[in-house]
Amino acid sequence: MAAYTINVNGEDQKVEVDPDTPILWVLRDHLQMIGTKFGCGIAQCGACTIHANGNAIRSCSLPISAVGDMKLTTIEGLSKEKDHPIQEAWLAHDVPQCGYCQAGQMMSAAALLNRNPSPTDEEISSAMNGNICRCGTYIRIHAAIKTASQKLS
Amino acid sequence: MTVIKTRINRRSFLKVSAASGGGMLLGFSWLASCDPKEQQDVKEPPKEWFDINAFIKIGDNGDITIFSPNPEIGQNVKTSMPLIVAEELDVDWKDVTVQQADLNTVKYKRQLAGGSQSIRQGWKSLRMAGATARKMLLEAAAKQWKVEVSQLSTDKGRIIYRDQSLSYGEIAAAAAQLEIPEEVALKDRKDFKLIGTRVKNVDGSKIVHGEPLFGLDYQAENMLIAMIVHPPAFGMKLRSFDHSSIKSMAGIRDVIQINTAPEKVQWSDVNAFPDLIAIVGETTWQVMKAKKALTATWENMTPLESSTEHDEKLTNALAGKANIMRKDGDPDKVFKNASRIIEKTYSAPFLGHNPMEPMNFFADVTADKAILVGPIQTPEFLRSSAADLLGLSEDQVIVKMTRMGGGFGRRLYGHFGLEAAKISQQLNQPIKLIYSREDDMTQGTYRPAYKVTYKAALGENNELLGMKVKGAGLPGSPLFPNRYPAGTIDHFMIESVDVGTNISTGAWRAPRSNFIAGAEQSFLDELAEAMEKDPIDFRLELFDRAIKNPVGKDNNYDAERYAGVLKLVKEKSNWGTKTPGIHRGVSAYFCHNSYVAQVLDMEKTGDRLRIKKVWCAVDCGIVVNLEGAENQIQGGIIDGIGHAMYSNIQFKDGKPLQENFNSYRLIRHAEAPLEIETFFVDNGIDPTGLGEPSLPPIVAALSNAMYQATGHRYYNQPFALAEQGNSIKIG
Repeated sequence: MAAYTINVNGEDQKVEVDPDTPILWVLRDHLQMIGTKFGCGIAQCGACTIHANGNAIRSCSLPISAVGDMKLTTIEGLSKEKDHPIQEAWLAHDVPQCGYCQAGQMMSAAALLNRNPSPTDEEISSAMNGNICRCGTYIRIHAAIKTASQKLS
Repeated sequence: MTVIKTRINRRSFLKVSAASGGGMLLGFSWLASCDPKEQQDVKEPPKEWFDINAFIKIGDNGDITIFSPNPEIGQNVKTSMPLIVAEELDVDWKDVTVQQADLNTVKYKRQLAGGSQSIRQGWKSLRMAGATARKMLLEAAAKQWKVEVSQLSTDKGRIIYRDQSLSYGEIAAAAAQLEIPEEVALKDRKDFKLIGTRVKNVDGSKIVHGEPLFGLDYQAENMLIAMIVHPPAFGMKLRSFDHSSIKSMAGIRDVIQINTAPEKVQWSDVNAFPDLIAIVGETTWQVMKAKKALTATWENMTPLESSTEHDEKLTNALAGKANIMRKDGDPDKVFKNASRIIEKTYSAPFLGHNPMEPMNFFADVTADKAILVGPIQTPEFLRSSAADLLGLSEDQVIVKMTRMGGGFGRRLYGHFGLEAAKISQQLNQPIKLIYSREDDMTQGTYRPAYKVTYKAALGENNELLGMKVKGAGLPGSPLFPNRYPAGTIDHFMIESVDVGTNISTGAWRAPRSNFIAGAEQSFLDELAEAMEKDPIDFRLELFDRAIKNPVGKDNNYDAERYAGVLKLVKEKSNWGTKTPGIHRGVSAYFCHNSYVAQVLDMEKTGDRLRIKKVWCAVDCGIVVNLEGAENQIQGGIIDGIGHAMYSNIQFKDGKPLQENFNSYRLIRHAEAPLEIETFFVDNGIDPTGLGEPSLPPIVAALSNAMYQATGHRYYNQPFALAEQGNSIKIG
């Protein structure tokens, strides 16, 4: 066990955990931030996607010992007023079916638009290829990213 | 919505009129046992709520709460079932808050997610719940105004009499005192205001903002985390384990053995591994680490099976004796006299369900009570099996349903709920059981593996004389003997062989149909080609036979509605026109009482294949929520393409070789079709299934388009498997 201070959604959080504890479980079990989901545990499905310094990462495979002063953002912190263009577009396109993977999908999409506000179809497909949606909502995800992109640019 | 004319034949008319509610008076007894609903908190509650019936409570400020009876698994019933109630109640949807109902099958009857049945079975009772409540509100208002009910009307949660009106909230107290009417008139379809419109998912906002909804998100005081360790191979059981290896690890509280087999086994108790090791600790990561460190020994119970042997067993079964499930005419004779016989064999492997939310359940079991909370498609069955296992009575077991992160049939089988209950009982401790992805993918309950051979006998003039179909399953049969093309061919035979296995299997989205539709519709494509016919015209000729002069009496489909969707997709996709670089495949299938026809357009650029568009015609009767309906159709198509292309569970010495998404492939964003356009037939028939029917046919629309694009026929799933020698890549 070791003590860590990590920055999540703009706030410093102190936790005492084993150094190899993935951020996913720090968020879910220690900080009670359950918006970030567990899907595979091996960075293959993207359900646990969060931002580290604005980049999409898989929180199931990032141990707390590697976080240092990274600024982490989770689905709970994606927007203060619950109005991130990605969230609004997801609602407008009624994207979710079961909804379980969607936090990870949205975090990947938001990171894409952070670095590239007007992605091409190919760029969207490539950036979103690490996030599995078992219900098959990919077409609506794609359309929602285009809508959010238009709003941003 | 697209309208096509579908002449309703006498048989389907009788079926329809018996089930139709448009303007009819319906006898009414199902609410007799309705007991008062306990008050539940909602956001900004009104001062007082009035329980009108099991589905509806109305606040004094006009707020409406509608209880959604069935488990929500992503099929969107939490939106569409209350929407049906709201339609007949005649309220503004924005005034409605939806709550998941508790498990109470006295009040709500069938509370189960499976078989695309929620809307089909709920249609009448949901409408009656809304309509009786509306009638009680009208009666109360008529009394207050001292006028006749017939002089009143309703709109958006208000009762109107000439120039006066009052809200449902103002009259709810009086209405709640009235007797439940014995008869009630349902709306005419032309008066629908909500049904058939686009309504957004009621949990949409919670989902996109990461609020707790799912079983895995459930928290309770003093709750510990539990994980299980099951045998590594089918055919094995636990011999012993060594707690000393992990007992001293940080956060680990206990390591125990549990037996989870209920005495009275129900259909939902499929489980290859009832004897398990359970590890309980403070946090998930600590328990995961202990699970990896645990040492256990296992022993063989039954022979350990491998995929090569599975394939041989299926092949041998098809070569041997089988049960005849249907026989028309004299197929042996026409095959003997045939000028040409076309014979093709199709296969598909075991599949995992792999819902994105791994199996999990919360349990808090004490001496006289069990509280079980989590994602379950069959809460009623979990309750009775849990009562049996725990030695409690059913009314001592409370099962609460959370939103499910997918299911696809996996959560029909609630062994994980029983495991959670048993761990909690044995340790006298509230726990949340969590499966790792590996636990889930290697636990079983797979879609069975299938193989089927289609044979057609052609005559001198290339005419179809007869057909023989022989299928085998590990276990079960993939065949439905009385579905199309039964009824269209004079000499016809269906045979099945059930091949035993110790791999546990269960229902997987559109059971049997998910395999047989692809095989049948691929074969018809190849047959049409051999007969030098257009694949749609060939199918329509067969339907024409079934409409005019069906073979046999027991044909489980309506040939006109079937032909209707095929004609619709033909027209919408401009079938017959050629676009350079685009290769097309067609398919049609009927299951869950719905008819679906699809055309898939595949683009080939060099070696790269891309699914440009899927055209999909659907006859599922009345569409309740167009937004959700289109989403289900799209999901089924993408799911079907993905599993046919990529997914596969194989075995070596009883051990599943695929354990996680690095070796088990699911379809990804770049591989999905670029566009899916859906056309619903508008025929006013009561709604039929929608969660499953778009999946089965797409397998053949895909393989038929792939044939056009590559020149290779694809017989064995997954199509992208390199061993087929025709390795292809989509995306």
